[in-house]
This record gives sequence, C-alpha cells and structure tokens, in this order.
Amino acid sequence: MDERKFKKMNRRELLKITPVIALAAFAIPVLREPLLKKGLAFSDWASGKLFRPGHLATTFEDSELTPFEKFPINGYDVDDPGVIFENWTLTVSGAVQKPGDYTLAQIQALPATRQNTRHVCVEGWDVIGRFGGTRLSEFLKLIGADPTARFVSVQCADDYYESLDMATAMHPQTLLCYEMYDKPLTREHGAPVRLNVPTKIGYKQAKYLTDLKVSHVLDRVGYWEDQGYSWFYGL
Amino acid sequence: MQAEVVEFESAKTGESVQAVYEHPWPVRFSHWLNTIALFVMTGSGLQTFRAFPSFGAKIPQKDLLNWPKAFAIGGWLGGALQWHLTFMWIYIATGLFYLGYQICSGHYCQVLFLPGDIGGVWPMARHYFLFGPKPPATEAYNPLQKLAYTSALGLGVLSVLTGVAIWKPIQFSWLAWLMGGFHLARLWHFLVMWGILFFLLGHLVMVVLHGWNNFMSMLTGWKTHPDYTPRS
Repeated sequence: MDERKFKKMNRRELLKITPVIALAAFAIPVLREPLLKKGLAFSDWASGKLFRPGHLATTFEDSELTPFEKFPINGYDVDDPGVIFENWTLTVSGAVQKPGDYTLAQIQALPATRQNTRHVCVEGWDVIGRFGGTRLSEFLKLIGADPTARFVSVQCADDYYESLDMATAMHPQTLLCYEMYDKPLTREHGAPVRLNVPTKIGYKQAKYLTDLKVSHVLDRVGYWEDQGYSWFYGL
Repeated sequence: MQAEVVEFESAKTGESVQAVYEHPWPVRFSHWLNTIALFVMTGSGLQTFRAFPSFGAKIPQKDLLNWPKAFAIGGWLGGALQWHLTFMWIYIATGLFYLGYQICSGHYCQVLFLPGDIGGVWPMARHYFLFGPKPPATEAYNPLQKLAYTSALGLGVLSVLTGVAIWKPIQFSWLAWLMGGFHLARLWHFLVMWGILFFLLGHLVMVVLHGWNNFMSMLTGWKTHPDYTPRS
C-alpha cells in the first residue's frame, strides 16, 4: 500500500465520526434555548412515563423527622401574604360539577390523613416533615371533578401558582394540607391550606392556596416552571 | 482478538511504516460524543451544586466549597438543570451504544481488565511513577491502562445510577436505598464525578506523553508506528 492510499483511508475513517459535530448546535445561541427546552420536555415526558400512580413515597418514623424549627420556609416572595383567615375560602372552578367557594371546615370534614414524608428541594437539600390534611383525591370527589380532566392548577395568596398532572393529583399521598407536625399550618408554612405532594419536587408544594381549577388544558403552568424549571419534576 | 494491520511506504523516506487499526468507528464516535456530554454534565452539575454547596442540613447550612461560576455551565440553577436533564440522555445513550457495540463485536477484549491482568499492573505502575524499566508492550493496552479504562467505565455506570437515584428517589427507591438514601445518593453522585475527573487528569497526561500518532488513532482508528507487534 502506498501512503496516499493509507491517508485516504484515514480521511474516510475520520469522516465516520463527524456526526459528533452536530452537538455544536448547542453552542449557537439561537438554537440553544429551543434545544434545551426540548431536552427538558423530553425529561418531563419520561418522568410522566416513570410515574406509578400506586407507588408510595417512602414514609418515615417520627424519630426521623426534621425538627419543625429546622424545616425551611423558603417562600419565593413574602413569608406571610396576610391571608385573613375568617374570610378565607378555596375558590373552585373549571371542569367540576360543583364550582364555588369551599371553607376550611368543609375541607376538614373530609377524611383526614397524616404522613411523614421527605421534602426535596430543587436546590439539593431535603428534610423529612410531618404533614396532615385530606387527600386531594377526596376533595376532587367532593367538587365532582371531571375524571377525564388532565390538570389541577392552584393559585396562591402571594401570586404563586402551580399545576399538577391528574395522575399525581389523584395519588393517595397528595394532600390538601392544613397541618404540619400535628398543628394547624403556620402562616409561613402556607396557612390555611397548602399542597403536600411527596412524589414531587419542593416547588410544587404551593402554599396559601386561594383557587383551585380542574382543566383539560393548562393556561398557566407554574411560577418556577415559567422561569425555566421542569414542570413534571416527579421524584 | 485479531487487529487489522497494514504496511505502507512512506512517500518521504521510502521506509515501510506499520499501522494498526485500534479503534473501530463506534468506539471513536462514542469517545468524542462522551467527551462533550461529560463536559456538559460536569459543568452543569457543578452549577447545580452551587445552589446548595453542602451535604449536611439546610438549617444551619455549612457550605463545603464555593465553586467558581466561571467553571460551571448554565449560569443559574434552572439553566444548569436544563443542560443536565438534556445531556443526561445523550450521556446515557452514548454509554448504551458503546457497551452494546463492545459486547456484540467482542472488541471489549482490548479494554476489559480481567484477573489475568492483575500481575501486570505493578510493573507498569512502577515504570510510570517510579521510573522502573518499561515492561514490553504486547497489545494495544497494557494492564494498568485496562484497569484505568475499566474503572472509568464502572464510574460512568455509577454516575448514571447515582444520578437516577437523585432524579427519581421514589420511582427508583431501591436505588436510593442501595446508596443509603436520597441524602447520601447526592454525595455519591458528587464523589463519582471527582473519580471521573481524576481519571480524566491521568488520561490527558498520558495522551500528551504518548504523542501525536496515539492521539490520531482515536480520530482515524489507525495508529502508525505502534510500540508493540500486533497479532495479525
């Protein structure tokens, strides 16, 4: 073999691995954002597929609880949006048979449950807390939510907003939570009612709920999601 | 395992030059794809770590190290997670493609460290670190190299498993349990990353020391002037 033939063979071999250069698309600013959005959307799709409706989050002994005073508050804006408890109702709308305003007493009249579950923050820290309330699925039954609806979204007193897929909303550990550590929610932790969704990341645990909507389409996704975080973020 | 060998006449000197085909294209393709994926995964991982640079409690928070933003990818936590959650698929797909190819082709014999290689590790380490005599090269990779590459592959698998345990500690609760729980899985993931970076440091030093012909073999597959007699 002469050297020219060898070099030709080498060039052909080099060509075979050039598709790797396609990844340079991520270095081009106008392409980067849509590509990363696609990547995040794919991860959310995979998360949805991996979610098992009957699979429970690990629960813990009372002795494993993070002390209440060491459970981070982590509001995004104000710790206390000044909810007036006497007037508070949860306003229900959307694909439900009985829309309207629901009082805390109506929510508390539903079967209560308590659970020690892990709260995982997207930042990387985690704590184990004790949460009490009623299953969101019980409340959805009370308001006559359309079982074919796909989303449950909530609005909060501090302008925070969040949404859940229906499978997660119906999960037996997803709570309309009005108690932490066996005491009524404190203002910083989202009184009078917050979400407790142990199968999801921390920012899905919306506090100080004011509105709940059942829908087939999402008109708003969530506060942090709109900044670029994952929507599904199931654990 | 037989390697393809050719001889060609150098146009300049007229002497006969031997070349051996060391790296089939799927290996080279995976190598460079993985180079980029690993770069992005490490950079975005470190930016994610900046959001909570600790392995202890949140209250009170004791920071472990303040990693400089200049050596991180994504700019902020949400951006870093977008990179991480996008490139993890490329990283995993590359790994599966590579492992699938190696197993199906039988080419893994070149790289897999086996019990028979144990005896050759110390002479090689003595040569590199203590200036001992160089053991004769008999194949593409010496026993120490096989150990390094096989360990790096193991770390690659662990990086995915520890990562999945952090990403899905409930759906893959058994993985998180194996690692001592979610909290520790995050620490393992971090340590595995440093293990891979440690391998990378040694790898880059060796690439520089072994020169151009060796480097080119990961691009074209062909290594000219091999320092061993290939079996053909």
